[in-house]
Amino acid sequence: MRHGVQALWAVLTNSAFAGFVTGRIYTGKLKTICVPGLNCYSCPGARGACPIGSLQAVIGSRQFSFSYYVVGFLFLIGALLGRFVCGWLCPFGLIQELLHKIPFPKKIGTFRGDRLLRKLKYAVLIVLVILLPLFLTDILGQGAPWFCKVLCPAGTLEGGLPLVLLDRSLRGIVGWLYAWKVAVLIVTLLASVVICRPFCKYLCPLGALYSVFNPISVFRCRVDRETCVGCGACAKVCPMQVDPVRTPNAPECIRCGRCRRVCPTDAISFRFLAEQKMRKPGAETVQMEGVDPADE
Amino acid sequence: MGRFLTSGGAGILAAVVALALLLFGISRGETAVVLAKATRVCMECIGIG
Repeated sequence: MRHGVQALWAVLTNSAFAGFVTGRIYTGKLKTICVPGLNCYSCPGARGACPIGSLQAVIGSRQFSFSYYVVGFLFLIGALLGRFVCGWLCPFGLIQELLHKIPFPKKIGTFRGDRLLRKLKYAVLIVLVILLPLFLTDILGQGAPWFCKVLCPAGTLEGGLPLVLLDRSLRGIVGWLYAWKVAVLIVTLLASVVICRPFCKYLCPLGALYSVFNPISVFRCRVDRETCVGCGACAKVCPMQVDPVRTPNAPECIRCGRCRRVCPTDAISFRFLAEQKMRKPGAETVQMEGVDPADE
Repeated sequence: MGRFLTSGGAGILAAVVALALLLFGISRGETAVVLAKATRVCMECIGIG
């Protein structure tokens, strides 16, 4: 069902189908509105604006040095849904997940340095999305969208490849930067076969921003400690290597719901404004993330 | 209060603040910058600029 929702959302937000034939992008007013996931606005079918691209565009513009609109939008989505967007509404997340279904002799869950590498996405957010567009400006005072320019594989896949294939004039001006971005895309796609969602885990600035809201978001994970038998099935199946029993609203959780499906006692649920249920007094208690048992 | 915050109440407070930021951004015309950028082919995004 989740892949169906992901695919439906990807089609809806990229439904300017004529663009895939003409090589021209949609230019309607809908593009004022950001979409919640990473979806390049130069994709020929894109109906909305990429929030990360928009953030860099406003920060790097001559008129503004901060975007209340895009930051407000991202904070709003994060506060309401956390990383639910990553698990359900991001087209590039879907592509990585589908690639991960390709059989490979040795799939990698976690590895030495994995936890440290996951911090990299926060550096990408701060340096490439905020600081460089803000401070590295041209003589007109305009900053470039550095994340889009040097890293974003979604932009290459959704915008760069189709537009260059469809537009002969663009084919004539591709250079080393295009080659670099295609290389980043190829590495990301190949890595997705071995590691589940490598871009989301290590590089995505959007995931980094939403992850900050996971512990407080309105839509959240709840583990019923009275029915949980501690079998560990949930932690074993998590594609993001989260242990829902220990940290149900960990920053890395993308709310995909695999843990809920494998739980033999239905102890895990995802809902709005869910209160964490602790064990009854006298039973073995486990300190929950962000919950002081004394408050219960 | 602690229970309210850990059950998603903090998210509601954050959402209210976020909504205020969003509306303020719209009121000062940021959406025009977004629209202008999103309706032209972003050469940086596609790896040419």
